Amino acid sequence: MLTSADLDTLLLTLEVASLATLFMLLIGTPLAWWLARTNSAFKGLINAIVSLPLVLPPTVLGFYLLVLMGPAGVIGKLTTELGLGTLPFTFPGLVIASVLYSMPFVVQPLQAAFTSIGQQPLEAAATLRASPLDSFFSIIVPLTKPGFLTASILGFTHTVGEFGVVLMIGGNIPDKTRVVSVQIYNHVEALEYSEAHWLAGCLLAFSFTVLLILYTVLKTQPNVQQLK
Amino acid sequence: MFKNTTYSLCLSLLLLALSQNSLAATTLVAVAANFSKPMTEIAAEFEKSTGHTAKLSFGSSGKFVSQIENGGPFEVLLSADEKGPEKLEKSGFGVPNTRFIYALGKLVLWSTTPGYVDDQGKILSTGGFKHIAIADPKLAPYGVAAVEVLKKKGLFDKLQPLFVLGENIAQTQQFVSTSNADLGFVALSQVIENGKIGSGSGWIVPSSEHSPIQQGAILLKNGAENPAAVALINYLKSKPAIAIIEKYGYDLPK
Repeated sequence: MLTSADLDTLLLTLEVASLATLFMLLIGTPLAWWLARTNSAFKGLINAIVSLPLVLPPTVLGFYLLVLMGPAGVIGKLTTELGLGTLPFTFPGLVIASVLYSMPFVVQPLQAAFTSIGQQPLEAAATLRASPLDSFFSIIVPLTKPGFLTASILGFTHTVGEFGVVLMIGGNIPDKTRVVSVQIYNHVEALEYSEAHWLAGCLLAFSFTVLLILYTVLKTQPNVQQLK
Repeated sequence: MFKNTTYSLCLSLLLLALSQNSLAATTLVAVAANFSKPMTEIAAEFEKSTGHTAKLSFGSSGKFVSQIENGGPFEVLLSADEKGPEKLEKSGFGVPNTRFIYALGKLVLWSTTPGYVDDQGKILSTGGFKHIAIADPKLAPYGVAAVEVLKKKGLFDKLQPLFVLGENIAQTQQFVSTSNADLGFVALSQVIENGKIGSGSGWIVPSSEHSPIQQGAILLKNGAENPAAVALINYLKSKPAIAIIEKYGYDLPK
């Protein structure tokens, strides 16, 4: 059965994933919008940087973050100057790392959704004197709802399943950085297979349910492609 | 006549080459993370003196044990503890009576800052640090030893909130070497250079402060028929191997 320590790791994981998803949407939406519209020479470069976590092994990304966010690293020096201390082994550090790690899963669906809408709806809105912000929230957001849904759920579930990065910068501290994937790993390492199975079963059931909802709900939503 | 001699010479050379070939085998060895440096050197010497090759795979002992029990291809296990080899012998994945202690680990309290850790470990009671890295005591014997040292000093409860846990001793050392943890309990073998602590500062914990960190090796069923695996087990007990083991800051059982 699940112990209370196991439950704590589940709760912490949900907290990290929810916060990270929120930040990813806040940062990812303007970024994806810009990427979908721009003809800038930097588009390729930014796209490549955002997609990098898809390619890098998580432990490599985690190691870079450990070094960069450490006392001798560029980010670490900055956060120390700002009086925030260093980020590894802390809850905020974990959220920031998760945002970087799962960002492509949020930016890419949004970018695709924004691209597929095209210019016409916005131009029509502009002729009706809608401000850009107004037309974004009353036209773009409703039209790209499936894109937002996909982005949030992929960003969230990907953060729930993250392991390598947390292992490198987390330090396995109860209630602060000990997330469910690390706990499962530790159970397996300690040869506590039954505990590992229970927790892994919960994670599997959770992830499957979320993805099932995603794909059944999306089916009933208007498809962005049809609007072309 | 001449032709015949050449022929037989060629034949004998060929036979010699073939026999050498069949003698030189390769063995796959699972090595506990803390023993990676000495083992790399031992493997090189082993290759020179026996002609066999030892391919080394580094990781945590617990992971190796579950991999071996699930069909992992390893032929020899150099564990960081004695439990792993014991378990494998019981479950039939190890060859009975090949288990032995190849090294006794030494614990060191280490920091990258020179002069930070005194040679008595008084810094532990002085405090003033934000994070202290130890290997997860649930997973690593070096972690168990570190906890014993702290409990003996009566500092465990006080310092526990400052713990950052490495999943093995290599990761623990990484936390300290990147200065993310101010100090930590690591294996002496990780920080030793030419018989002393290479950089930063450290306190080599006397072995009386904790129960011995016995690192056990065992020949595995996969390697029972492989001459290279058997030779490696024997080579680990040889003088050149012991010299390397001691050079890297391990003790040997008396």
